[in-house]
Amino acid sequence: MDQDPVSEATSVALATPTTELAVRRALADHGRLTVDPMDVASIADLYALGLTSHATVNVMLAVENELDVEFPDAVLNRSTFATIESITAAAELAP
Amino acid sequence: MSTPVLDAPALVAVEPLTPRNPDRFAARTALVADIAAHFADEVDRDARPPREAIAAMREHGLLAAAVPIELGGEGATLAELSAIATDLGRACAATAMVFAMHQGQAMALWRHGGDALGVTELVHSVAAGALVASSTTERGIGGDARRSTCAIEPDDAGRIRLRKEAPVISYATEADAILVTARRDPDAPASDQRLVICLPAETTLTQTSTWDTLGLRGTCSNGWTLDAETHADRVLRDDYAAISARTVLPVSHVLWASVWLGIAADAADRARRAVRGQARAAVGQTPPSALRLAELLVDLQALADTVRHAALRFDAVADDPEVLESTAFALAANALKINASERVTDLVTKALRIVGIAGFAATGPLSVARHLRDAHGAAVMVSNDRLLQNDAGLALMTGAIL
Repeated sequence: MDQDPVSEATSVALATPTTELAVRRALADHGRLTVDPMDVASIADLYALGLTSHATVNVMLAVENELDVEFPDAVLNRSTFATIESITAAAELAP
Repeated sequence: MSTPVLDAPALVAVEPLTPRNPDRFAARTALVADIAAHFADEVDRDARPPREAIAAMREHGLLAAAVPIELGGEGATLAELSAIATDLGRACAATAMVFAMHQGQAMALWRHGGDALGVTELVHSVAAGALVASSTTERGIGGDARRSTCAIEPDDAGRIRLRKEAPVISYATEADAILVTARRDPDAPASDQRLVICLPAETTLTQTSTWDTLGLRGTCSNGWTLDAETHADRVLRDDYAAISARTVLPVSHVLWASVWLGIAADAADRARRAVRGQARAAVGQTPPSALRLAELLVDLQALADTVRHAALRFDAVADDPEVLESTAFALAANALKINASERVTDLVTKALRIVGIAGFAATGPLSVARHLRDAHGAAVMVSNDRLLQNDAGLALMTGAIL
């Protein structure tokens, strides 16, 4: 694995590995990124990697489905889905 | 030369304290809405007043929100009150209607009350959180708020008496004052009305009917015989024709419609939650109900645009009696009420169809049963046909669109 050290450190500090893994899987299945989401740094700009607002909806649904949570309306904005880290943080806060 | 530039950030920094900040009530409204939502089903089931939410509105300054800044209040605009009413309406329509009905009456106090001590005293009470109810309709008159049978009966000692058979007075038992329409004196015609402040200590209420209704059950709009004995300085300065045209009618119609918007918005939220559940089951395939949801949101936004525009229109001319009393303005105020009340049942019904059985359920997180029952109150509280009948005369006089 040639993941950059920053993303590993961040994932340990801010998110449980299962949540972040669920996010990466959702991105792999529905994000239509130009790269493999498993290799993307957790703070990389997903929109720069091909994420569209349309694909975002399916990523959200897949994360909700996988983790049995529901994102509250307040976090459903563009910035929440900008990075793996921010999606993970929102998923962990969701009831 | 550089001073204005340096000053600019400071002006931005104080923005949250100015009346122009649209969010200055949002956090407090959210706190009240949480409480209102918690008790909404119980209030509806038991047809009892939303006491907890009323106490919260008092505590967080929502009842006092519109009191002008120079009188110790926050000077909320109608646009701000409209946003509050909608947020409360999402949580509990009864609570939101109490808020809406209170504001129309409260605003009459400082806009039309004059300087009499009996009036300014109540303004101070409202600034401190007092709740104001109203009694306009009367047995034998039908629903026409602009005519009265009962009259202000003065005695030689400067005291006045009045007795009114009120088919409904909303939240009378919770109010700190009831504003009552009555003929100016026993010889005055039915339409020559004044507005009298009746305080609990000077008023006897005898219940004549019980509010056991399809919806809006928590407004507790029971029937009462109201007997008041008070002083002449509790009569508002302006006649009720002016009070109604310039304040009570336009403010009430905007805020009621704002509440209905909230009912519809919450029903739409429940529809969205249901569709999202379906979408999660097969991510990547948009479920057919999503199309109906999209359609519902078009209608909801149209209603929101109508309501908010009407609020801003009032704020723009709030101090211009000539515009407020114009035929075009009266038609626009009635149009809002009629339009919004017809739309709200339609919107909630569409939400019900989207949710399906879980929406049809009497209770539960996706139920829209209470919403639908409350929504049906909109067209019958001040009957749309009565408003159209009033409009029918006015319609011959102007084609102006505001």
